[in-house]
Amino acid sequence: MIITKAKPEEELNEMLKPYEKLFVVGCGTCSTSCMTGGEEQVAEMVKKLGDRAIGSAVVEDPCDLRIARKELKEFKAKVQGADAVLVMSCGAGVQTVGDYSKKIVLPALDTLFIGQTERLGKFHDVCKACGECILDETGGVCPVTRCAKGLLNGPCGGQVKGKCEVGKYENDCAWVLIYDRLKEQGRPELFELFRPPRDNSKKVLTQHHVF
Amino acid sequence: MLKGGLNLTNRPAYSQLVKDLRSGKFVLTGELEPEKVTSLDEIIISAKAMKPYVVAANVTDNPLAFAYMNSLVPSWVIQKEVGLEAVYQMTIRDRNRLAIVSDVLAASYLGIKNILAISGDHTVLGDNRGALSVYDLDSAQFVYLLHKMIDEGVDLAGNEIHGKVGINVGIAANPNADPLMPEVLKIGRKTKIGADFIQTQTMFDIDKTKTFLKEVEKYNCPVLVGVFPLKSFGIADFFDKNIPGVKVPPELLASMAKAKEEPDKERRSALYDEVNLEFFVPFIKEIRKTTKASGIHIMAVLYERIFGPLLENF
Repeated sequence: MIITKAKPEEELNEMLKPYEKLFVVGCGTCSTSCMTGGEEQVAEMVKKLGDRAIGSAVVEDPCDLRIARKELKEFKAKVQGADAVLVMSCGAGVQTVGDYSKKIVLPALDTLFIGQTERLGKFHDVCKACGECILDETGGVCPVTRCAKGLLNGPCGGQVKGKCEVGKYENDCAWVLIYDRLKEQGRPELFELFRPPRDNSKKVLTQHHVF
Repeated sequence: MLKGGLNLTNRPAYSQLVKDLRSGKFVLTGELEPEKVTSLDEIIISAKAMKPYVVAANVTDNPLAFAYMNSLVPSWVIQKEVGLEAVYQMTIRDRNRLAIVSDVLAASYLGIKNILAISGDHTVLGDNRGALSVYDLDSAQFVYLLHKMIDEGVDLAGNEIHGKVGINVGIAANPNADPLMPEVLKIGRKTKIGADFIQTQTMFDIDKTKTFLKEVEKYNCPVLVGVFPLKSFGIADFFDKNIPGVKVPPELLASMAKAKEEPDKERRSALYDEVNLEFFVPFIKEIRKTTKASGIHIMAVLYERIFGPLLENF
């Protein structure tokens, strides 16, 4: 799931200042689960904006051009009549609504990461969408994401008692987690593999994926 | 994947440091830290002061992610002006693979004979916390790139280098790591990829030092144990609180605190020296006598006066 959080109030107000008439779009998928852009949060935003909100809609998948087009069809006049569209979704949703409507789009949220949900309201960054998954070799723990330096060949000197120096020793050292997991799974030899440098051109070239 | 490692026993000893290590001498190296300065006067004074005692000196590269003077220029200057061999420290925090190749080629031209290939403290710990950390490579991949350049004359993409890169490669180790095994295995991997020597993080704990040395013995790569003589109580306290996994022994910290109370500056300095000698002389002796360490890496930055009394017995 794409994890988002609401922009700080002050920043949001500053961003909205130039616009009188706003249409608010929410997200029925990830932002609903994050409680940042579902029915409830959209209603709150509309209430907060008062007369400035000329309409709103929660689109099931605002990041899907077909669904955004279909579900916003009935609001076309309002969307087009607005000075800007305030989108309460991840960056993909904001851009998709912009591509569909050609309107000025404003992000109500900051997009954080591809996350694991521990419980409602508690999410963890677990995937950087790097385009070269190696979870088979690392005991299902991603060092690209969970190591602060994204190291591929073991821990750096900044781990103390399995915790990472980045973030004041609150986060686990990914490479200690990987070491423990591989040992538990009877595959310790995988820890000793040398993983050669990544081909970063692959990531550049996967900006579009077509099949 | 490189599963079996490489056979690098044929890499020549390009540097005096590696020549001495391979000859079986007990080797001493020092450390110089260029800061946020535009002059190298202090570095040259320090280099001159430590030269009689050490075979080479590391020149740090933006330690603790503080933006300081680039380490290549002072590395070159101490070799040229002082005749002291440099261990040019390079982090992959601030360079992608292109920048590394550029800097290594430049270092080659300038006659640098040792590179310490390290990942570098994360930018969020430094003095420009909003900076983007690069980490295009990790330190093992950095060692691999150096192997390609030195032993095969190519970069990572296989592009040919015109001319010879004659440099020996050092790596850093943290014997304080807890758990230790992931650190040991990581060191093992790097020795197989192409490390010529290991320099450790600052050590105060003789047992941890011995355990680590025992664990890495099988990799057959010379180890220089890091020690950091404490110039003042402030430095001791900073180390205790800020360096990952490093704890200054409470009795040493207490002795330093006691020395700090001396109001006369000269007498206070003498007391600090005394405390350091009481701790580090037996520490170094013990390492030399009872372990297979190849030497000591002395990080006495701006505390060169300790070299003489500390090392006269070695």
